[in-house]
Amino acid sequence: MNEWNPFRPVAAGTHPANDTPAYRSTAFRHPTAPLVKIPQTITEISGPRFSPAQFPPMTDLSTMNGRAALGERIIVAGTVTDEDGRPIPNTMIEIWQANAAGRYDHERDQHDAPLDPNFHGEGRVFTDGEGGYRFTSVKPGSYPWRNHPNAWRPNHIHFSLFGPGFATRLITQMYFPGDPLLDLDPIYLAVPAGARTRLISRFDLSLTAPEWALGYRFDFVLRGRSATPMEAG
Amino acid sequence: MTGVTPSQTIGPYWHLIGHAEWADLTRFGARGERITLSGRILDGEGLPVTDAAVEIWQADPPADERFPGYGRSATDAQGGFRFTTIKPGPVPGRGNALQAPHLALTLMARGLLVGLVTRVYFAGEALNETDPVLAMIEPAPRRATLVAAPDGPGAWRLDIRLQGRDETVFLEV
Ligand SMILES: [Fe+2]
Repeated sequence: MNEWNPFRPVAAGTHPANDTPAYRSTAFRHPTAPLVKIPQTITEISGPRFSPAQFPPMTDLSTMNGRAALGERIIVAGTVTDEDGRPIPNTMIEIWQANAAGRYDHERDQHDAPLDPNFHGEGRVFTDGEGGYRFTSVKPGSYPWRNHPNAWRPNHIHFSLFGPGFATRLITQMYFPGDPLLDLDPIYLAVPAGARTRLISRFDLSLTAPEWALGYRFDFVLRGRSATPMEAG
Repeated sequence: MTGVTPSQTIGPYWHLIGHAEWADLTRFGARGERITLSGRILDGEGLPVTDAAVEIWQADPPADERFPGYGRSATDAQGGFRFTTIKPGPVPGRGNALQAPHLALTLMARGLLVGLVTRVYFAGEALNETDPVLAMIEPAPRRATLVAAPDGPGAWRLDIRLQGRDETVFLEV
């Protein structure tokens, strides 16, 4: 098992299908021809390496210029591992989210909810040697969208992960336990039933900072490596 | 064994993590033949995809402190993306095969629950004729959807069609 072993195929029933009619924006954006399956080569097995020197971490979304954002302060922490439980150290995670009122600090977000001068909503963290990560933020609000009448997104945080290779790139969203909007959300429901709940974080009392912030645990799992090196393929 | 974390759409507000300078892979001082790669992303109705994140990754020249090998470009109001990078050379494939110079490209957007992956080759490269990945694409005329055309000195262009006539070939890696 080394850095030249290709990544295993993603198990069926993991990712949503791009052709998901209940999520209307997919209608003219999903390819109709089947994907062409190619063997992984150096291009897919290797991947970008980000250094904190060139891509500075931003681990506290809950303040700007020393002033606190409004909302419920939260700590989000967990691990990045592969399917075999191997930690993925020193990998970059990008984070973005709405403010506590459910508004993005983004020119195209027209939701009639207030912006917060002390909240922007961009974060960036690197995992440590054991694959662990941690950041501080405020709990994002839910917000309406125009997918169907009276549609609301459940509270969520967006994540971008790179992992060890081009083939491990992952864009996902983390949800919160007990959110009644989950069962009404076509984006969440697009994930096959057996894998869906992997996107729900866990409230974790041991992560909370007493009299300061609530704590949620969310572990990311990226594709594991196959046992056969590329050269033998 | 633990299950892989499922993919979700990047949504319309990913620009919060967007930084225009990431589209220039030469910004840390890379040396080599500088090229631009640009194109448009079009949907199944022929309309521009104006909120996409387009990413490239190349195994050659090898990434180092000066050359990240990776870039990201936001599409504009015309669906256009644009990168500045170093022209890749051939890289080894499986066995004794040599792959033609190429970039890997990932496309993420609202309405895409899983990112789409394709490759960008360069018209006129002799190795295109024997490239093992291009050779897997049938019918053969669809291979052209992966081949960028020259568009002036040091400039290359490739449009990407998500759906319908002349749909780009997307890959499972
Ligand atoms: Fe969102």
